[in-house]
Amino acid sequence: MQTHLGLLVLFAAFVSVVFAVLMRDEPRTQLRFGATLFGAFIAGAVVAGWLMLPLPL
Amino acid sequence: MRATTIEGAQGANPLVVALAAWLIPGAGHLWSGQRFKGLVFLVVLPAMFATGLALQGRLFPFELQQPLVALAAIADLGIGLPYFIAKGLGFGGGAVLAVTYEYGNTFVIVAGLLNLLVACDAWDVAAGRK
Repeated sequence: MQTHLGLLVLFAAFVSVVFAVLMRDEPRTQLRFGATLFGAFIAGAVVAGWLMLPLPL
Repeated sequence: MRATTIEGAQGANPLVVALAAWLIPGAGHLWSGQRFKGLVFLVVLPAMFATGLALQGRLFPFELQQPLVALAAIADLGIGLPYFIAKGLGFGGGAVLAVTYEYGNTFVIVAGLLNLLVACDAWDVAAGRK
């Protein structure tokens, strides 16, 4: 679990749950917003990692 | 549901509710009658804080000579009671050489900042703005 990806997923899960519950009132919209946020975290990290692949130049 | 929320917070001073929300994560929403939100915050925020400590994160000291360290200390304190419990039990020393040190710091700091955000929301709920 103590890999960069594993901790990234755990961090994304914690933050997504808090923001979803904080910013939405209905369970269905909480679930949808939380899943979107979680997906965005993971996708953003993968894209950022891919962009940094050629570094250091 | 909203009517219940406002009834739950009726008569409570928003500042006191916000302070309770800071001290015990989720307490402000529980006080205002938002049980589900309160319980989620009560479980998730201390769990995130504890994960950060388990990853060898550090509870930063209040060193005004180092502004970034002082800011991190304020963020750490944002989690409320769990911070004092962890300090009292001797956790949060931080292991700089541990591979998870920076990850741990991130978890601890973000847990504190999220709790401050939750406390601000509890203030708004208690004041009838949400």
